[in-house]
Amino acid sequence: MSIPEPFRLASFVVGIMAFVGLNAAYLVWVERKGAGRFQRRPGPTEVGYAGLLQPIADAVKLMTKQVIVPPGADATLFRLAPVLIMTPAMMCFTVLPFGETLTATDINLGLLMIFALGSINVMAIMLGGWSSRNKYAIISSARVVSQNVAYEIPMLLTVVTMLMVTGSANLNQIVQQQAGAFWNWNLFNLAANPLMPVTFVIFFICMLAETNRAPFDMAEAESELVAGAFTEYAGMGFGVFFMAEYANIVVGCSLATVLFFGGWQSPIGVLPGVWWFLLKLYLLIFTVVWIRWTFPRTQFYGLLNLSWKILIPVSLATVVSTAAVMKVF
Amino acid sequence: MLHKEQITNHSTDGHNETFVLNLGPQHPATHGVLRVKMTMDGEYITRAEPVCGYIHRMHEKMGENRTWAQFLPNTSRIDYLSAMHYTHAFVGAVERAARIEVPPRAEFVRVITSELNRISSHLVWFGAYLLDLGGFTPLLYAFDDRERILDLLEGLTGARLTYCYYRFGGLCNDVDEDFINGTRDFVHYMRPRLKMYRALVTDNIIFRKRLENIGIIDAEMCRKYGATGPVIRGAGTPYDVRRLEPYSVYDAFDFDIPHYPEGDCMARYLVRMEEIEQSLRILEQAVAKLPDGPHIGKVPRMIKPPAGDYTYAVEAARGRMMVRIVSDGKEIPYRVKLRTPSFANLSLFEEASRGMLLTDALALMGSLDLVIPDIDR
Amino acid sequence: MKKNALKEIVTGFASLLTGMRITLAQFFKPPVTVNYPRQSLKMPARYRGHITFVRDQETGKSLCIACKSCQKACPSDCIVVEGVKREGEKRKSVTDFKLDFTKCSLCGSCVEVCPVDALEFSKHYNLASTNKEKFVVIDLVKDLEKRGK
Repeated sequence: MSIPEPFRLASFVVGIMAFVGLNAAYLVWVERKGAGRFQRRPGPTEVGYAGLLQPIADAVKLMTKQVIVPPGADATLFRLAPVLIMTPAMMCFTVLPFGETLTATDINLGLLMIFALGSINVMAIMLGGWSSRNKYAIISSARVVSQNVAYEIPMLLTVVTMLMVTGSANLNQIVQQQAGAFWNWNLFNLAANPLMPVTFVIFFICMLAETNRAPFDMAEAESELVAGAFTEYAGMGFGVFFMAEYANIVVGCSLATVLFFGGWQSPIGVLPGVWWFLLKLYLLIFTVVWIRWTFPRTQFYGLLNLSWKILIPVSLATVVSTAAVMKVF
Repeated sequence: MLHKEQITNHSTDGHNETFVLNLGPQHPATHGVLRVKMTMDGEYITRAEPVCGYIHRMHEKMGENRTWAQFLPNTSRIDYLSAMHYTHAFVGAVERAARIEVPPRAEFVRVITSELNRISSHLVWFGAYLLDLGGFTPLLYAFDDRERILDLLEGLTGARLTYCYYRFGGLCNDVDEDFINGTRDFVHYMRPRLKMYRALVTDNIIFRKRLENIGIIDAEMCRKYGATGPVIRGAGTPYDVRRLEPYSVYDAFDFDIPHYPEGDCMARYLVRMEEIEQSLRILEQAVAKLPDGPHIGKVPRMIKPPAGDYTYAVEAARGRMMVRIVSDGKEIPYRVKLRTPSFANLSLFEEASRGMLLTDALALMGSLDLVIPDIDR
Repeated sequence: MKKNALKEIVTGFASLLTGMRITLAQFFKPPVTVNYPRQSLKMPARYRGHITFVRDQETGKSLCIACKSCQKACPSDCIVVEGVKREGEKRKSVTDFKLDFTKCSLCGSCVEVCPVDALEFSKHYNLASTNKEKFVVIDLVKDLEKRGK
């Protein structure tokens, strides 16, 4: 396809923004309907058929609310925090291989770039909480920072394992290595890493903790007394944080699909394409929603104990076992 | 887990400032309107002072300017989640005073409805407690089960929450076949559901980590504050009014008193789940042994108990509920005193929560099963 | 010590998977809720809605003899009854029966104490109005006439 480069990039930019926007809006619908079905009730049904217009109604409500900057808050940082949280999430989409030729930029360090951008997410929440000048927001954002920092380490260790297995940080190449039927996917690649399912589980748990989803949602569901790092945000400011959470979930699940489930490869070996990618992506997102509505929240120190005392030793064990297998065989 | 000694060390060096945090009358969790003034040192509580009275409705005063029969609707509303028990206590006290005979069929039906009410109250507690801890789904499963109980009781009495079903000398109307069959079906339905809750919640590692070794209340503290019900049974003492001061026909039934020695939140949780199982046992036996007969005894039109001081205690869902009536021979009581379990259970919160983290203190408060209208009456 | 920790991790993780299996099983079951107000439930026979008059089958009027037993028995003072003894009748008949439904606790004392069983519970459960006045005075005499038509 010989589309001139500027047009290709422009169409990708528009496409990514549309994809992120649509996902952020309709993942809310998926979540609410899913929550309803898990709880044996219908979920939203009033607005539009089966509640499909509910996210639009929510968006209109959020946009019509007044965006108040609390007095005494640092106005620049307060307004900057939602921007800072949304932009990296969107930028991560440029390196994700949606299909064989559907990658915005095919760079050799795609994997590294996603993790670099993911770390900015933490700083944005910290800024949001700190610039609100609200006692509870500061406490909550401090908790979120320590949670995210703690969970980045096992996540990076699992990614190191995957790098050793795949030998490349280029996401498109990683997907192409998993061609063939589903037993070629990295998840079942026990020859290279005998602890591969464990690696996937650790990656998934860390992804849940990084995006502040239940059961690790101390930041947003502080229903005990503190309203969380986003207390002072009203209207669309809060809406952007909300959208960014779902965008982060999509990035995390896309990365899991690419690394472990073969990306756009089909499970039966024929007809690969973007549809397989989307199917696997949405199955993983359904699992994220499923986990949220099943389990209670962990305590704050339980979260940190899990990371430092359990996940890091286990992920180190997977790195060592992969290295041992690679050296010996 | 960090210990209380560390918190006292912090406060002696004088550099840490404590701040007062108000767990305001409006709770995100379904406790009710209770205000807890917490003096916190960072994340730790140095002092938690409960302030109650936001829903004081003066039931005891209302007892002094209504006739005995006119007080019956009030009894359902003191603790609306286990309303049958409270009506039972008041009705039992007046029957004890006026020496009214209750026919055996009425006694058995009272036991059946009380135990159904106990199960429904424990289901509400279960759902609300898990909501506190962040698991939203088991609440709805518990409420689904509770709907069946409420439908049964609605078919029998006409009301879902504030039944006002017992009268002096028996019941206001008789049970029908639908209710008996429905209760039997409910017992068969509920047993597998309890297994499901065990697998979904009790065995869940996240839930266990939230509750094990948190909020230890030993039997000595319970005795000091007069805490009864699952609080003291979770501390190892098998104190149950149905065994120690048998009332109604409870001594005709074969049931165990669940108690666990650890005294932590998990022990209290397990006590309540086991109590649901034991209530199902009582229901089975009661439905099987239900005698025929009248549903109300001979009662004068206007009750005037002889002058004196009478008490009657029942095992409500939350603990020991006692009604003390003082009569001076008139048709209006001289005094109606309600000893409610939640008030005593709340009073040990201040001592038990010293030095705890806030999340753990809230887990402790949830495990005490407080219903604030019960505290404030 | 290490073995215990590993065993705890494994059993803990297994308990999480069990929990997830249970909620997934519930996902595929039908909803248990009723989409009120688009659907309604049928009320059981003994349901306690606000009280209404029982219609006398022969005369078509109310059985009430305005003895005021219900007014005395009510704990919340919500009933006001007035009656007159008409010519040629043995007992009084009711002219005015006003119920203050905002105070009624649906205890059933009035229904039970009535010597002629003139009162019963209606089955109205989805009463709603934008005006409190509609419930402060529920006129049972008028309600009986309206039901007759």
